Amino acid sequence: MAKVTALTVNGKKLTVNVDSQTSLLSVLRNDLDLTGTKYGCGEAQCGACTVLIDGQQTRSCVTPVGKVANKQITTIEGLEKDGQLHPVQEAFLKADAMQCGYCTPGMIMSSVALLSKTPQPTREQIVRHMDRNVCRCGTYLRIVAAIQMASGQKGGAE
Amino acid sequence: MKDLPEVERYELTEDPFYNFTFDRRQFLKVFSTGIVLLVPMSRLLAQEEQGFDRELPKDIGAWIHVDQDGSVVVYTGKVEFGQNIRTSLSQAVAEELHVPLQTVRLVMGDTDLTPFDLGTFGSRTTPTMAPQLRKAAAAAREMLIALAAQQWQVPPDTVRIVDARFVNHDQSKSMTLADVAKGQKLVKTISPDVKTTPVDQWTLAGKSIPKVDGRDYVTGRHKYTSDMRRDGMLYGAVVRPPKVNMTVDPAGPGVAEVKGIQLVRDGNFFGLAASDQPTATSVAKSITTPWETSPDPQPDNATLVDYFRKNAREGRGRPVGSVADGFAAADKTLEQTYNVDYIAHAPLEPRAAIAEFVDNKLTVWTGTQRPFGVRGELAEALHVPASRIRVIVPDTGSGYGGKHSGECAIEAARLAMATKKPVKVVWTREEEFTWAYFRPAGVIDVKTGVKNDGKITAWEFHNYNSGSSGIQIKYDIANQNIQFHDTKSPLRQGSYRGLAATANHFAREVHMDELAALVKMDPVEFRLKNIKDERLRAVLDAAVTRFNWNRKSSTMRGFGVACGFEKGGYIATCAEVSIEARTGKVKLERIVEAFECGAIVNPVHLENQVEGAVVQAIGGALFESIQFVNGSILNPRFKNYRLPRFSDVPPIEIVLVNRKDLPSAGAGETPIVGLAPAVSNAIFAVTGKRLRSLPLAPNGLKT
Repeated sequence: MAKVTALTVNGKKLTVNVDSQTSLLSVLRNDLDLTGTKYGCGEAQCGACTVLIDGQQTRSCVTPVGKVANKQITTIEGLEKDGQLHPVQEAFLKADAMQCGYCTPGMIMSSVALLSKTPQPTREQIVRHMDRNVCRCGTYLRIVAAIQMASGQKGGAE
Repeated sequence: MKDLPEVERYELTEDPFYNFTFDRRQFLKVFSTGIVLLVPMSRLLAQEEQGFDRELPKDIGAWIHVDQDGSVVVYTGKVEFGQNIRTSLSQAVAEELHVPLQTVRLVMGDTDLTPFDLGTFGSRTTPTMAPQLRKAAAAAREMLIALAAQQWQVPPDTVRIVDARFVNHDQSKSMTLADVAKGQKLVKTISPDVKTTPVDQWTLAGKSIPKVDGRDYVTGRHKYTSDMRRDGMLYGAVVRPPKVNMTVDPAGPGVAEVKGIQLVRDGNFFGLAASDQPTATSVAKSITTPWETSPDPQPDNATLVDYFRKNAREGRGRPVGSVADGFAAADKTLEQTYNVDYIAHAPLEPRAAIAEFVDNKLTVWTGTQRPFGVRGELAEALHVPASRIRVIVPDTGSGYGGKHSGECAIEAARLAMATKKPVKVVWTREEEFTWAYFRPAGVIDVKTGVKNDGKITAWEFHNYNSGSSGIQIKYDIANQNIQFHDTKSPLRQGSYRGLAATANHFAREVHMDELAALVKMDPVEFRLKNIKDERLRAVLDAAVTRFNWNRKSSTMRGFGVACGFEKGGYIATCAEVSIEARTGKVKLERIVEAFECGAIVNPVHLENQVEGAVVQAIGGALFESIQFVNGSILNPRFKNYRLPRFSDVPPIEIVLVNRKDLPSAGAGETPIVGLAPAVSNAIFAVTGKRLRSLPLAPNGLKT
């Protein structure tokens, strides 16, 4: 089986030694100890494993690592820069857009992808884009508010 | 009084629960200096101060440690699952100690460091743990002030704590917590009459404080159990039978060795450990071994109701008045049956555990709502004394009542003991759906009598299997016969957010709507006619006022209402629905929910909990249902078990009724119970169709 020996994650070139068919999620979590990306279902249904591949939101649980060997991978750990949170991270805190927090990294990565393409999304655009991410604690309305807040629009928790 | 669980917490009755006292040696290991305040859970309290080397009182609920460096650490056996008690308990302690929130740290759910706790469930943390910790913090403050006064040789009533510093009467002298705690070795058991800050003087509690460690979550830094690793750790997996009514045949022939894999067989357990997760999972899936099948008949969704009725035992509820008289006095009677399906908790973090067996001591990290209960389960299953087992619960990816049990912890521990290495087991989503436990299904028969003026004269209510939580009524009815009938369940079942209160409110509140229609009264007016309880009237009034109830349902929009009471909280929910003409899909247009749980501790987190409960309730109300036949779970994946998503959530308006004059009750559960009946009643209002089974419309309304 073909091997993957290097990955670019959060701007850094990292050495690995894994079968190309292994899921990106498994490599991030088990080989690189980047555990902010979560396992939720293993079949691209819940979005807990969402990362950015060349800026595009991607379900890492169904992405063979061989497919992303030459691409820019961004995980939740890569959003904070020099101790400064990304505006979406700030907004999630401000809007209290989490309870147990397990879906939060995936939600934030999906939100970042949305805002990079559509900086001022309507409520409908947000809902349509985020609909494949699951928050079992039910904080959806707060997440919508957080995205609106991060996009500089009115919104957020009262 | 012991904080006992409700009878219907099935999994708690499966094995004895243990109450090992924290021993003195352990205590000395944790605390060597500073001041410790013990919080007894029983009413009998010793009050004297003592040194660290004295015998500890029994039945300690929590303790607060003010160390020499001025740090304040609270130790509680409660655990954080997203209900934000790490924040609310910190608020309570910081408030009483008069220190900033960041001075306070909580150590939670660690059986070696925290006192025994039955578990985090039943919405008990806010009404029981928070007031106890408040008292401890208030006692700590008094004690520290006395010590400071002693040092300054001034009367204690001239010393105050302002922003974590002690100051004298004119603030000419000041010192820190560390200055006072230094060199101390004091233990005090708090007395029950310690005065705490009255609610109207709260400055920190009662405020919307963000999650104390929120930054760790938005950066992905927080380590859930499933994220942790230990040096030399192996990845475990369990060989699972294809059906829930099967187990591994212990007498089955051996399985050929697999290179690089350690197979572990013990009785009906068959597990393995590998050096990486994908290998462990795929090898476990590929192994076939003979299974033993339970001889019990296996009903399916279609035959479940008959099965419940056939195996039912007599209820033990005590009738009130005489329902026979009540029916005789009635102008009209109504008899209906309501059903609820099994549903899954589906916590987004599946069960996970890491076990390590070193020097004859077993340490297990796992996300359970009952760390001490799971320690007991481990002791029993592995024949290791509980004194040599430590269970640690990292803040966990939710539970909703679904993580009371220790299956995964036992599996990891068995593998760790066999391989002599740390082993991590993380259940797959399919395992979580198949081998955990479900919210019980149930069937409920209701028969009532009513006068033409709307007064209910007789209330007969029989719940089969789903449970007794929330079965009692707040309506003012003279003649009642309310029974919960224990029966057999083909699927493993246990606690769930709100327990049976959801099923019982569903049956009751849909039935109330049917009665209102029978006597041609407005559903709100009809309820008010039968409510004396002022708190219930107040939340119902708050909800319908915000909802603007005085509009007529039309063929386009239906309005429905439901109200109730459970675990110290009062709730009223109004729903507005429409039906998509082409697909028959039920669309929620707007939800208003009023909730009252005494004095509010943290408004934003309370609102978040209520909102979350409403959203979770949408799933159980409209489409969540476990499908099963002959021992097979047919929809054990997110692909075919539908969860509420962004597009399912309408605008939700929460009306919080703050009763500062009443003690705070928990809020994690009760807000879930009102939605399903309110939606069913709204569907009736718009279509004339009465839906009496949950889920109401998994495939939309087909006409």
